[in-house]
Amino acid sequence: MSVHAQPKVTSPQPHAATPPRRSFSFFHALRFRESYCAWIFIAPALIGFLTFYLMPAFRALYISLTDWNLLRVPKFIGPANFSKLWNDPNFWNSMKVTVLYVLYNIPIQTVIGLLLAVLLARLGRSVILRSVILAPYLIANVIAAIIWFWMLDPLLGFGNAVLQWIGIGRIPFFTDQQLALPTIAVVNIWRHMGLTALLFYTGIQAIPRDIYEAARIEGAGAWRSFFGITLPLIRPTMVFVLVTSIIGSFQVFDSIAVTTLGGPNYATRTIVWYIYENGFVNFRMGYASALSCALFVCLAIVTLVQMRILRSGQSELG
Amino acid sequence: MAKLDPEVTHVPKAREDAGPTRPGASIRSPSRRRPGGGGSPSRFRFSVWVGYGILAVFAIISLGPIWIAFKTALSDSSTLFTGASSLLPQHPTLFNLERVIGLINPTDPRLQQTSFGKVDFYRALMNSMAFTLLAVVPQIAFSAMAAYAFARLRFYGRRLIFFLFLAATMIPSVVLFIPNFILIKDLGWLNTYQGMAAPYALMTPFAVFFLRQMFLSTPRELEESALIDGACYFTIFFRVVLPVHRSALATLTILASINAWNEFFWPFLVGRDRSVQVMAVAINSFRAQQAGGVPDWSGLMACTVLGIVPVAILLVLFGRKVVESLQYTGFR
Repeated sequence: MSVHAQPKVTSPQPHAATPPRRSFSFFHALRFRESYCAWIFIAPALIGFLTFYLMPAFRALYISLTDWNLLRVPKFIGPANFSKLWNDPNFWNSMKVTVLYVLYNIPIQTVIGLLLAVLLARLGRSVILRSVILAPYLIANVIAAIIWFWMLDPLLGFGNAVLQWIGIGRIPFFTDQQLALPTIAVVNIWRHMGLTALLFYTGIQAIPRDIYEAARIEGAGAWRSFFGITLPLIRPTMVFVLVTSIIGSFQVFDSIAVTTLGGPNYATRTIVWYIYENGFVNFRMGYASALSCALFVCLAIVTLVQMRILRSGQSELG
Repeated sequence: MAKLDPEVTHVPKAREDAGPTRPGASIRSPSRRRPGGGGSPSRFRFSVWVGYGILAVFAIISLGPIWIAFKTALSDSSTLFTGASSLLPQHPTLFNLERVIGLINPTDPRLQQTSFGKVDFYRALMNSMAFTLLAVVPQIAFSAMAAYAFARLRFYGRRLIFFLFLAATMIPSVVLFIPNFILIKDLGWLNTYQGMAAPYALMTPFAVFFLRQMFLSTPRELEESALIDGACYFTIFFRVVLPVHRSALATLTILASINAWNEFFWPFLVGRDRSVQVMAVAINSFRAQQAGGVPDWSGLMACTVLGIVPVAILLVLFGRKVVESLQYTGFR
């Protein structure tokens, strides 16, 4: 043992700018040469990234140019899927449904989030309270949806029993063509309001308190300091919250898969559900890929426009 | 580049809850100490109570539906109609929980009488556990290695690769699911654990960004002195970097585990077989079984309760860690 340990102990500076003679050894270089080490460190993640992110991204683009049902060999048909998509009323309807869903979601979720954040910052900063409002976000989408599906069950659900009791009468929330989509939006708002509130709360915490102090001395009330200080100064958080929650709501799938399955009468057939139906129910891989590429383009445009409008790069706090 | 990465730019701006330096307190506390002086204290007090009232209402809204699920799971299924509007379980029983995880003997008369759905939720929970472990443990290890390289080591192409990692987060997951499904199918991995876990096992962009940010936010002196002492980069990584950041690693592990536990879309595509289906997929197929008639609500709610419990345990044990890391990163 001691014989083996000897060279290591005696070699004074085995690495660094002026390597000793052992640096000619390949294995020594693997351990001490910065760039070699870097590649070893990054290799597994890079392989994962190439296999499951980068390569599929290009492959999706290729598949979208083919006609393919998974059984035969993919047939290259050029941009035919995209022209089909452009003329597909079901695609446009699913886009309409998705945009409506986003419009139901985002304003309410943002306002509730802001309200809760301000109240948390002013009144209750306990971790327990924050955990409680965050709890819905930590349970699975599927579970959140199924719980609401049960609560709003026309026959046995607690929510409908209460509605009956206060005299409104039972409402078939998930099977009514007008109500199904807003109801799924409510489930989403319920699940995300806590997270939104926490993100705004963090943004508010970062505002120096002497600004509020100065405003108070100038005679600004609570409302004035909210609209004059809080709201402008949390703009980076606002951009982050809006961008991520809009991107997230555009891709709603889980709660639809477990409740309405795109119905009733396609009222909840959002774009991702439509992609799923094409790709994994009817096995039209080419068309499903084309749809998903269209979704990607939409999201990229929405994100860029938002960042431009909200001037995401700048902050008044400096 | 920074524009593309809201998560990373978001982290350092956040401040710890610094006791009395919070903005709200500075406005409120003086008038609370001197209720007689300045302004209108009674109105002020009123608005404070309204604020607490709103918070309480939202706390109830948050937990109410979850409580209803618990209540239903603990109710005798024959009382679902009569007890629909009650807040407490009627004839409380563990029977539903026991039957969905197969603790009740199949010849038990109570199972024969009613129209209970068929589900092996014990199997689903074990599958979820396996999927979570397989997806999270290697993911954290490999993401930590990559994050260390991005944060500390100089190599050709570092900026490009990191930019590609960032850009990948912009791609909606459904775009990648189609080719990934085909890849898993070609590998013959449909309905296997490795097929479900593979896309998460080697890295997720979030894990890499989160850890890179953590590594960047600590001074590098310790690592440099280790380097001078003759440690190679692997020794530094395992002996210095990982121990120093064990709290961040634990936080990320908790977040990634919650996410994997709740995962639905991808396992639903590649792991639908009963032998491998995870919790969320099992709940979905359990509910789809009875699409025609009246669903087995008490059984379904028993499943949801069992699906919530592990997350609830994590939240109770590590509440502060979970809440604070989420509020600074917006885990998506």
